[in-house]
Amino acid sequence: MVQFMQILGIWIGAFLTFSIFSFLYKDNPFYKLAEQVFVGLSAGYWLIYIIYYVIMPNLVSKLIEDFSANAILIIPALLGLMMLLRLIPKAQWVSRFPLAVVIGTSAGISLMRYMQSDLLNQVSATMINPLAAESLPDIIGSFLLIIGTICGIYFFYFSRKKEGIYALPSKAGIWFLMISFGASFGYTVMARVSLLIGRLEFILKDWLHLIN
Amino acid sequence: MKRTLPMILTFLVGMIVILSEFIPHFPFSKINSTLESWYLIISGFAMLLGLISLVRVNSSKVASKEENWQYYLAGLISLFTMVIFGLLWGMQETAGLLGHGESIQNWLGKKPFDYLFDNAYLHLSATMFSLLAFFIASAAYRAFIIRSFESNLLMISAIIVILGRTSFGTMLTSWLPQRLYFLQMSYMTDFIMKYPNTAAQRAIMISAALGIFGSSLRIIIGIERSYLGSDK
Amino acid sequence: MSSKANLVERRIIFGLLFIVVTMPLIFPIGWKTEVSPHVQMAYDLVENSPQGSIAIISFDYDPSTATELQPMAYAMIEHAFSKNQKIIAVALWPQGAQMADEAFGQILAKFPDKSYGTDYVNLGYKTGGMVTIQAMGRDIKSVFPADVKGTSIQDIAMLKTFNNLKNAAYIVSLSAGDPGIKQWIMAGHDMFGVSVTGGTTAVSAPGFLPYINQQNQLYGLLGGLKAAAEYEALINVIGSATVKMDAQSVAHILIIILVVIGNIKAYKIRRKKALAAQGD
Repeated sequence: MVQFMQILGIWIGAFLTFSIFSFLYKDNPFYKLAEQVFVGLSAGYWLIYIIYYVIMPNLVSKLIEDFSANAILIIPALLGLMMLLRLIPKAQWVSRFPLAVVIGTSAGISLMRYMQSDLLNQVSATMINPLAAESLPDIIGSFLLIIGTICGIYFFYFSRKKEGIYALPSKAGIWFLMISFGASFGYTVMARVSLLIGRLEFILKDWLHLIN
Repeated sequence: MKRTLPMILTFLVGMIVILSEFIPHFPFSKINSTLESWYLIISGFAMLLGLISLVRVNSSKVASKEENWQYYLAGLISLFTMVIFGLLWGMQETAGLLGHGESIQNWLGKKPFDYLFDNAYLHLSATMFSLLAFFIASAAYRAFIIRSFESNLLMISAIIVILGRTSFGTMLTSWLPQRLYFLQMSYMTDFIMKYPNTAAQRAIMISAALGIFGSSLRIIIGIERSYLGSDK
Repeated sequence: MSSKANLVERRIIFGLLFIVVTMPLIFPIGWKTEVSPHVQMAYDLVENSPQGSIAIISFDYDPSTATELQPMAYAMIEHAFSKNQKIIAVALWPQGAQMADEAFGQILAKFPDKSYGTDYVNLGYKTGGMVTIQAMGRDIKSVFPADVKGTSIQDIAMLKTFNNLKNAAYIVSLSAGDPGIKQWIMAGHDMFGVSVTGGTTAVSAPGFLPYINQQNQLYGLLGGLKAAAEYEALINVIGSATVKMDAQSVAHILIIILVVIGNIKAYKIRRKKALAAQGD
């Protein structure tokens, strides 16, 4: 029976795979069904995970094990329930309090983390000695790194109109951005094709047994 | 008060988090770690909001028999099936309300929740994303046309990277002598990624960090209030 | 061009791509792959970490991106186990815990002497992203009171002296988005000074390269399926990524051919319009 259910499972997977692929020809009932089933399963999955991996271990289990020591957890539990009042229009204002805690915490964390990692560290990483590189291409590359970073940042400065000679670094910034977007496109192609390869591997290996 | 108190709370919470970065001692460290654990619990409830909204929207579409209501019904049935399976028999090592469901596992091979996950959800999710491969091929055919200098830069860079990130690309220029190593496809690809791409991405990163710095500060000191919604 | 002709063109492109990716999977070509510097960096971090050290591998992805990231997980776990390093698996994405179980299940066949609780442990998923990592940096036991099987963390042998992130030799984040490797860099490295490396899907890899710098915010990066194949080559394994690279390469060649054909077609249309305008 187990083996039958395993094979049935693979056939269900293959059916759903081709239902989604059928969209490439045109929109059809199989695709629409598969799409909505995906939405439903995804939402159900998230709910169960939140219950077993977030609410239970961080709140319910701790309160059950030692209520007096963890009584303070009543506060985030209440704040969480207040968050759900967002669904009732007349009581929506109550959800502002838990939102304030969440937004305040994440704003404070973002401010510090992005300032250190994405601003200060990145600026200091650009302050390199380009002539210290080992080979001529690397020396040219190091100059490109410094010039490209400065011109790119300059491109994003919109507080003043750039005319005449002031527009040149902005233009250079655009060139660097275009090269970067081209590289990103190349990597995106790789990523998307990899996803397709994964699906075809399931069809050819697990379903049709054409490859090992 | 309905707006002022939450704003004050945002300010206090944000300032505690910032201060604890510079004063990592008691009481700021204790308050900060408490806030962090509360954040986890509250964000768990926040996810429930989205799910409840989804059920409400889909239910109203089914009740009012809108176009394609049958598919929304299928979505709701899938959702409730997944939830019921998960609540009753749990998932993987976690027990549900009725334990681990050993008798069901004997004929299904695994828990019902895990069976649905492995044989339905996993395939749907992967296939949805794999559709993008076809669309990107179509986009490359239509959109990558020689037009201006900037679009040419984009195209040339993309072609070098697309070829360079394959085994075939390396073979294409393997015949070049060692002194022309910088013209090898793999070297050119690595050069583009390491220097001009890094420069541009760093510029985007620094600019975005300045933006995040500004918007986080505006939220904390109360200039940015859009998260509070309107009073209507 | 008429919309019907456009539709036919689209379907031809889709069909071609389908065939071109399928054929090398059935009839492998066997092209070799060269190792890039960023993959070498990631390899060196694992290679040079001492025996018995504990690494954290964070499975921050779901099955939809497993084609690119799961081979990286296999390769890095195999590499760490071959160096007698211990692994703590965590996940910032819900399905990551299951990806971790699958990866360990696959690799343990080659290392039958490795046991759960002594050589590796799966602590499971925790929501919160950056907040969770920061909390792990202070006290991991408060974040993960038990592992994914429900065993109390106090009862797990390899975690007896492991208190926070600073006890880790390095962190690997296999990441498909947010939260993921960015949060590990910001908190794991920039706050707590632990070396961070990892793998991402190819689509997000270019955005993380600025973190590979003199400050070593990121110690190498595996970007996409090719990088996974390169790592497999470094550990002398013909793994799932190497096998799929032929199909990847052929698909890329098709994309280049489509770009060329698209440009030829656009040139002909422009020339036709120019001649028509001259005729007028």
